[in-house]
Amino acid sequence: MGALPKAPTGIQGLDQITEGGLPQGRPTLICGCAGSGKTLFALEFLVRGATQYEEPGVYMAFEETGEELAQNVASLGFEVNDLIAKKKVIIDHVQIAKGEIREMGDYDLEGIFVRLGYAIDAIGAKRVALDSLETLFVGLTDTAILRAELSRLFHWLKERGVTAVVTAERGDGTLTRHGLEEYVSDCVILLDNRISNQFATRRVRVVKYRGSRHGTDEYPFLIGARGISVMPITSLGLTHGASSERIGTGVPRLDAMLGGKGYYRGSSILVSGTAGTGKTSLSAHLVEATCRRGERCLIFLFEESPSQLLRNMRSIGIDLEPWMRKGLLQLHAARPTLYGLESHLVTMHKVTEEFKPSVVVMDPVTNLSSGGTITEAKSLLTRLIDFFKTNQITTFFTSLTTGDQNQESTDVGISSLMDTWLLVRDIESNGERNRVLFVLKSRGMAHSNQVREFRLTDRGIDLMDVYVGPGGVLTGTARVAQHAREAAEALARQEEFHARKRQLDRDCIALRAQMNTLRLDLEAAEEELRKIALRENSRKETEIEDRLVMARARQADPVVNGVHRDRGRKRKEV
Amino acid sequence: MPQVKRALADSARLLHRASSRRKRFMLRLYVAGTTPRSMRAIEDARRLCEEYLGEQFKLEVIDICQRPTLAIDEQIIAVPTLVRRLPEPLRKLVGDLSNSERVLIGLDLLVREDQKLT
Repeated sequence: MGALPKAPTGIQGLDQITEGGLPQGRPTLICGCAGSGKTLFALEFLVRGATQYEEPGVYMAFEETGEELAQNVASLGFEVNDLIAKKKVIIDHVQIAKGEIREMGDYDLEGIFVRLGYAIDAIGAKRVALDSLETLFVGLTDTAILRAELSRLFHWLKERGVTAVVTAERGDGTLTRHGLEEYVSDCVILLDNRISNQFATRRVRVVKYRGSRHGTDEYPFLIGARGISVMPITSLGLTHGASSERIGTGVPRLDAMLGGKGYYRGSSILVSGTAGTGKTSLSAHLVEATCRRGERCLIFLFEESPSQLLRNMRSIGIDLEPWMRKGLLQLHAARPTLYGLESHLVTMHKVTEEFKPSVVVMDPVTNLSSGGTITEAKSLLTRLIDFFKTNQITTFFTSLTTGDQNQESTDVGISSLMDTWLLVRDIESNGERNRVLFVLKSRGMAHSNQVREFRLTDRGIDLMDVYVGPGGVLTGTARVAQHAREAAEALARQEEFHARKRQLDRDCIALRAQMNTLRLDLEAAEEELRKIALRENSRKETEIEDRLVMARARQADPVVNGVHRDRGRKRKEV
Repeated sequence: MPQVKRALADSARLLHRASSRRKRFMLRLYVAGTTPRSMRAIEDARRLCEEYLGEQFKLEVIDICQRPTLAIDEQIIAVPTLVRRLPEPLRKLVGDLSNSERVLIGLDLLVREDQKLT
């Protein structure tokens, strides 16, 4: 089965929601109120066809002359006159003045057919825009004839095989004032310029698209520096590439918490926290680190003026002014309520495309919701993040949370869109507030699960370990006191050890001295023992000698055996 | 052509010939192709001119299928279109020319009595 052939419009975002473009070789109806961008849509379709897809086009203008049209779109970079000269585009202005024509009787609109046919043949046109056919109803009064002829015209366009866009004014309760939708059944696109909360937002909706899948929602679009750009919601195409390159956060300790290397390039980072927790300072660190690498940074401020930011950041030792002078940093400050969200989007797109930064900071993103409803703000942010990601731009958002609400949810509910989410929280204890920083999530990297105390010093942000002990998390002076207490305890232990060591040393010395005395005593005793033994021996010998002498003197019987034995043994013993 | 005159008279409305009658007329009739409608339009135009303008006219018939650029130049959207180029101001009459009275009024050759009075 062959898919419906489509003619890409080249209009940013529209080809995504129509999944490829408008039905090729068939007419598409573009309806909308006055000033909703129908003419621009039709013209951009032709210009992009001629410049990007090698499809020349014929523009039949019923309301404006070719010169007026060319002038109107010149600011969008469409060189219509140039395309006309190159025979890529023909603009045929059909002038119908009310009352100029007097109707006599039956007629047909062969004039239109002939002119269109002639123009198509002249440049081999593949695309046709009719803007807007309804003008015919002003100049001609016989609606029966007009209707029959319009029906014939659409058939004829199909036969010619040109992809046509037909614009029509929106009617009361109907898509078009003169019911043109009856004739164009293949594709109907509705443009809308609605005002809510005093802000105008343009929206586009594909009302029907026969034979094709298409996005059915209303998509906001804007008319920017490069024509129409429709901002489809992210989920339509999550196709942006993910870089594995890492960029430093500007705070070494924070880099360490994020797997040692910092954020991913092209990722989206959210810092949320209550007022005055140092969100802006964190962003300033990133900005400075980025500029230091020679990359460009763009900051959108919704709360502070640029000079205020510069002054405040100087107070923590970050001077951003040199980077501004070098052209690496641009600041854009605007109140969110200054204009509608759509216009903010336009500005941000425009500035980003011109400046081509590698990091964009939005501070604070929560304020945007005051320029519209929360859902609108979320859809705006979704589109913005999508836009930045496809351009590999790292985005840093700060989000202001109020103290009493759950801090792990943000006002605009955008946390799910974020790759890295840092939370800065105040901890109040012992009559002081201290900041702690967590990494709530950081996709695709091993990140620290530890709480760090977050201090703003005159040399920037300092992250320190917090004291986590039996008494809970201690920060600020409590942490300092705890450290002091621990130090004192350690010192005391040290002193005790030394005292004990000295005591034992002394004991050893005393014992060693004692041992010496004892050894001397021992030696003396042994000496004594030897002396005694010697003395005893010599005494015994003398005694025996004496006995023998006495025995000899008495002439006693020699008790030979006993004496001999006795003498022999004793001699041996000696 | 007597039928036309009679018809006009019969209509019981007094029709005055406009003063412009004596001026020279330059007319162009735009048709598309040689369809029966075109042929009828050409015939009607010639007949009306001959009868009401005598020698004082020049009628050009242009087939826009043959010369489409002329259709663009003259801002022709419907056919048949009879354009009164002279005398000024320019007049464009669209539709078939079978109703002579309407055509003559359209060309300012006749003025309806009631309109003249008001």
